[in-house]
Amino acid sequence: MHVQEMILTLQKHWSDQGCILMQAYDTEKGAGTMSPMTLLRSLGPEPWNVAYVEPSRRPADGRYGDNPNRLYQHHQFQVIMKPSPDHIQELYLASLEKLGINPLKHDIRFVEDNWENPTLGAAGLGWEVWLDGMEITQFTYFQQIGGLEASPVAVEITYGIERLASYIQDKENVFELTWTEGVTVHDIFYQPEYEHSKYTFEESDTNLLFNLFNQFEQEAKQVMEKGLVFPAYDYVLKCSHTFNLLDAKGVISVTERTGYITRVRNLARAIAKLYVEEREKLGFPMLKKEVRSHEHE
Amino acid sequence: MSTSNVLFEIGLEEMPARFIAPTETQLLQKTKDWLVKNRLGYQELNIYATPRRLAVQIIALANKQPDIEDEAKGPAKNIALDESGNWTKAAQGFVKGQGVTVEDIYFKPIKGIDYVHVKKFIKGTSADQILPTFKDVLLSLSFPKNMRWSNRSLKYIRPIKWLVGMNDQSVINFEIEGVRSGKTSYGHRFLAGKFEITNPLDYQKDLEAQYVIASSERRKAEIIDQINRLANQHQWIVDKNEALLEEVTQLVEYPTVFFGKYSEDYLIVPEEALITSMKEHQRYFPVRGENGNLLPYFIGVRNGNDQYLDTVAKGNEKVLNARLADALFFYKEDQKQSIEANNQKLTRMVFQEQLGTIADKVNRVTKIATAIAKQLAFSEKDLAYTERAATICKFDLVTNMVNEFTNLQGIMGEKYARLAGEEEFVAKAINEHYMPRHAKDILPETSIGAVISIADKLDTIIGCISVGLIPTGSQDPYALRRQAMGVIQILQSKNWKLDIESIIRIVIEVYEQSPVDMDDQSVIEAQLMEFIEARMIYLAKEKQISQDMIKAVTHKGIGVIANAFEKAMLLEKKRVDPSFKPTQEALVRVINLAKKAKGTTIDQSLFENQSEHDLFSAFQRTKTDYQVKMLDRVYSEALTLLAVLTPAINAFFEETMVMVENEALKANRLGLLNAIAELVYQFADFSLVEWKQQF
Repeated sequence: MHVQEMILTLQKHWSDQGCILMQAYDTEKGAGTMSPMTLLRSLGPEPWNVAYVEPSRRPADGRYGDNPNRLYQHHQFQVIMKPSPDHIQELYLASLEKLGINPLKHDIRFVEDNWENPTLGAAGLGWEVWLDGMEITQFTYFQQIGGLEASPVAVEITYGIERLASYIQDKENVFELTWTEGVTVHDIFYQPEYEHSKYTFEESDTNLLFNLFNQFEQEAKQVMEKGLVFPAYDYVLKCSHTFNLLDAKGVISVTERTGYITRVRNLARAIAKLYVEEREKLGFPMLKKEVRSHEHE
Repeated sequence: MSTSNVLFEIGLEEMPARFIAPTETQLLQKTKDWLVKNRLGYQELNIYATPRRLAVQIIALANKQPDIEDEAKGPAKNIALDESGNWTKAAQGFVKGQGVTVEDIYFKPIKGIDYVHVKKFIKGTSADQILPTFKDVLLSLSFPKNMRWSNRSLKYIRPIKWLVGMNDQSVINFEIEGVRSGKTSYGHRFLAGKFEITNPLDYQKDLEAQYVIASSERRKAEIIDQINRLANQHQWIVDKNEALLEEVTQLVEYPTVFFGKYSEDYLIVPEEALITSMKEHQRYFPVRGENGNLLPYFIGVRNGNDQYLDTVAKGNEKVLNARLADALFFYKEDQKQSIEANNQKLTRMVFQEQLGTIADKVNRVTKIATAIAKQLAFSEKDLAYTERAATICKFDLVTNMVNEFTNLQGIMGEKYARLAGEEEFVAKAINEHYMPRHAKDILPETSIGAVISIADKLDTIIGCISVGLIPTGSQDPYALRRQAMGVIQILQSKNWKLDIESIIRIVIEVYEQSPVDMDDQSVIEAQLMEFIEARMIYLAKEKQISQDMIKAVTHKGIGVIANAFEKAMLLEKKRVDPSFKPTQEALVRVINLAKKAKGTTIDQSLFENQSEHDLFSAFQRTKTDYQVKMLDRVYSEALTLLAVLTPAINAFFEETMVMVENEALKANRLGLLNAIAELVYQFADFSLVEWKQQF
């Protein structure tokens, strides 16, 4: 199964479960969780079911396209369901079967993994899902986001597309994966992998990045004061990515890291609070919609 | 009495492996307490647990509580009966309240006065009525981490999927968060499905047919057995690490052991990294040959049967090979970087905002370590090794391997240093300077490693204290307490004649020459000594040495830590030794009076009686020998020499009045006592000890 078909299969599966199919968010980010479609929408009482592919940048994982397993940018397939359905594990396992993974021929396990993203003040409990010892999915019940209690609880399912594909296509090297007939990951991503790694580790302008971090932070604060949640959040994402670039270059020490993470976290917390407030002002429209649709029945 | 067999099962989404065993213990205790509280007898109680379920099986549970006969006391006779001998309202009210009638009343005297009494019969409640309240036991379980799910408010270990409650064949009805109890359970997630439990007694058997081994103990035994069979078959030695064994037991419901192979090419990677990958990341058991060398195999445990075991093994091999490929890549990449280039990168790594970068720290540590080494009269060669090792002790912090496997800091440093052609002593000291890494860890073997370890730890402790980062309560982010204990343990084991005060002075001097802003030095020194003494007291407890003894031997400063401990240990034995009582009492008396003295000047011409002359000459005779013994740290002999003074001291006090009006005479006598007290103080302040000798 080509990567493209995997994505189509997952989209169909989760669409059938009532998820809105979204597109990737257009600001650099380290994980699908950081898309406002997850991070902000998981907050507050409104129901929210969504699925999307998210290109995720991890500058520290850049390996110049040399490493068979590590990528500067990989892809996540992200599912959010709020409130979490009671049979969510079964829904997930059914998606694996649709990808051709017969659980009787493998060893599939839910291994404890308490996910925490300090930069976003977010924490959840759940598992990493192991397929024959390989972590293919993060499965998380959000408990806290942006420092706020998640209620009702959203469940987040994050498939590592390349990981899963390397298993399904039985390839040792991620660059050998076929995206679609006749097109490999190497064809599409080798050059950007090499260039981004070179940029991250050698060519980036450290002073510029430090300045950018400060400026993005300022802009986030400035916009937040105007009550503009989404633009402010975009600047938090930019702060976070800039921090990741600096961190990957090894110019931020363990102790300094805490300081930077605290700065991003404070922003994320403020925005989370602001988001809920603004939704409340709007009367939590998605909540009403649900009540209305029930009334029609 | 008739009995029945009862089963409760709570089905959960996969629980964290590390919480399962403690939950079993808790469930057992809470069930026992619940049975006692409800006065329900039983024959046997079994607890079962897998990642997806907790179960309680009660065999031969009494069908009802025993009946109870009780006596209740009511009003006094004169209140219960009116003048005409009729029952009053008070009496009638009492019997009504007890559920009996006036017919049941009898009188019984209490302290000479007759009171109304009735016999009360409490019929035991049937188990049927009590069993649904077992729900409370399930809800009372506490877990280190709880979660909420969906729009439910309950906080529990994981979402609840199903509930079984059975009293023989009938359902015990209860409900938790929308889940109703029944007879339906679930077997293995993939090999089985929904099924009905036929009889609480057959729980284990029924589940086994559904590919679930319900007993943790049995699963563990099964895993051990299967590993042993594999090991025997291949002549492997497998370390069945208990923590790992426990974890894999609680990760599976139906264990099947398999083995896989990884490329021999990876064996050049240090085995600590290979083992971390296998054990910590993949939960595999590493495999060794009979000669103890690591072999390119691993043992894993699958949650399922042996169908398609090859596919599973192959998948696991792929994962491990990828991980090890990464490790090998890091290992090779790291070797392309010179130690100097790595050290250079430390200038960009902040240690602590006010204390500068790691490079700044290394710089200070090098100065401190060399200064200590000089005090210890290290040879020129050792001095050079110390300086070199200190200079490069942190270079591995910027290597890929340490970045990936943080627990290998120092270990990788040692290996890379050796590969880069550093001297053996230097390489070893890099790893040793982190020791002891935790309370029970080994200490540095070489003196060079020990000196750098002390320097590194004291640099952190003094630095943090000087910028106000003193640990409070459970808050100790820089692990200063552990590091202080490390310093004490090393100094004790090395038995160097170097007092802690001089070492601290070295550290403070180095800080003074650095750009770090320090608070008032004397304040820091006082805080520091208090901090270290508190750690000594903590460590002393393990050696059965009490706090007062540590205070007594450190009253004039901590000095040489090993000496302080040795003296304390010796005196701790004397604390209860009756033969030491006269000496102790004499010396304490001397010390207490000596506190009034202004000096130690003695003028023999002012002596008035023989006892003064005798005590003075005894003191003179003892002094030199005593000081030699103290310097040689032969403390038991030094103590014997002090004991020699006892008769002379006692005679002195018998025949001499110290606090006389003649100031010159008084000062002279106090001077003599004070001179003796000064001798005693070199050992300890005996007046601070709570002596407990008994006859």
